[in-house]
Amino acid sequence: MSNKKSLTRETAAGRNNQVREGAARILFLAAACVSILAVLLITVFLLVSGVPAIAEIGVFKFLFGTVWKPGNDIYGILPMILGSLYVTAGALVLGVPVGVLTAIFLSRFASKKLVSYLKPAVQLLAGIPSVVYGFFGLVVIVPLLGGRGSMLAASIVLAIMILPTVITVSESSLNAVESSYYEGSLALGATHERSVFSIILPAAKSGVTAAVILGVGRAIGEAMAVIMVAGNQPRMPQGIMKGLRTLTTNIVMEMGYSADLHREALIATAVVLFVFILIINFLFSLTKRGNKA
Amino acid sequence: MNKFDISNLDLFYGQLQALKNVELQIPERQITAFIGPSGCGKSTLLRSLNRMNDLVEGCVITGKVLLDGQDIYAPSMDTTVLRKRVGMVFQKPNPFPMTVYDNVAYGPRTHGVRGKAKLDDIVERSLRDAAIWDELKDRLRKDALGLSGGQQQRLCIARALAVEPEVVLMDEPTSALDPISTSRIEDLCVTLREKYTIIIVTHNMQQAARISDNTAFFLLGEIIEYGNTEKLFSIPRDKRTEDYITGRFG
Repeated sequence: MSNKKSLTRETAAGRNNQVREGAARILFLAAACVSILAVLLITVFLLVSGVPAIAEIGVFKFLFGTVWKPGNDIYGILPMILGSLYVTAGALVLGVPVGVLTAIFLSRFASKKLVSYLKPAVQLLAGIPSVVYGFFGLVVIVPLLGGRGSMLAASIVLAIMILPTVITVSESSLNAVESSYYEGSLALGATHERSVFSIILPAAKSGVTAAVILGVGRAIGEAMAVIMVAGNQPRMPQGIMKGLRTLTTNIVMEMGYSADLHREALIATAVVLFVFILIINFLFSLTKRGNKA
Repeated sequence: MNKFDISNLDLFYGQLQALKNVELQIPERQITAFIGPSGCGKSTLLRSLNRMNDLVEGCVITGKVLLDGQDIYAPSMDTTVLRKRVGMVFQKPNPFPMTVYDNVAYGPRTHGVRGKAKLDDIVERSLRDAAIWDELKDRLRKDALGLSGGQQQRLCIARALAVEPEVVLMDEPTSALDPISTSRIEDLCVTLREKYTIIIVTHNMQQAARISDNTAFFLLGEIIEYGNTEKLFSIPRDKRTEDYITGRFG
């Protein structure tokens, strides 16, 4: 009798658990759907409002046109595409060596105590709002470079901004390298430095590549800091000491007062930026796949 | 002729004493086996002979380890020179994630050997010495991680031989391998004995009996008995050795 009673109580508890688990699952699913829905909505919005403009202007004229004059209804964004690419490339040239070497230092050379100070500092760097970076660029870097916004100024600011990404991701991939490689190298009579640079760094290659790609994503998508230091002239890039305009800043500069085809052309600019980001994400997932193999 | 002369060696990991008053002479160009149950200190002693224990935080060593009469713990000792003379093969095969060729050439390159012809020579000689040249000569440019476990371990032996060491330390080199690969590596040890001093840590008593000239039996950080392998296995002097080799514990 008592046996039977406890049995029913148990099945009741079991049913209760099932209900609770089912509810939890629905909750998680809903949460996941929200973010997926957001991505879908943004994509649809971009395509619906951007693509007709590209069609109206003409794909070739839009992507490869070298003149951007909304007043005359001329919408060529090649200057901005190149601007984004140049500024990003400059940020990589300056930021990646510093970032990767910092990661190597943190992972394999610094004392534990030093790491405990440096890591929070790097994380703080990641938390600084981009407008603050821009302001720093405006009052410190731009005056040092002759007082005018330029490609170099933007690249320097972006190089600092991608440091935390490059450092954190590279460092964790360096830390993940099997210690048996390192021991094997030492056991052959290699120094610590040689073991780190010839064995550990190549073994962490795919993680470091991923770090660089994430850095590209951050640099190419940045608007606020760039707008404050890049000069923003909508013309073909003229040199590293001259001002230029990027895809992001093109949108921010003109969105406030644009209308009709001008407005749509700006959204179409965002479509192009979005395609860049898609490519970057695709490359990133490739490095991850390389990791598994 | 003794290659290693270890006297009065104590080793601590923090508070824990892992080796107690070790006295051991290891003869040149012979195979010396360290046997004993897990955690008895045999790998620890092995790793003291090329100072790999330097990597372990809180590891303190007192006493003397002489290599050809030279104290390897003297401040003047350069560990890179020591480790070039005293090579090591690990328990788990650990080829670097690069080609077969680059794995073997890594050591010589580290020590300044340049020139393709010279390196080609060293790679071939080392792979031959490790009895794996025939299997790998057509796969020198392939990724070493694609080899089987047994091939990887012999590649690691070739890699160790490439820097022309005098001593090869082997830390349970066959424990992760199948019986056929194991017997290959055992045969290899016996041939290598002509050129190198070999010290091998093993869990497998038959292995020690099959290939070694001398055996040291470890228990709880102490060497209980050390001597000629045949003698130690046939007429052990100590009761604990006898209990261990007859399988009563361990």
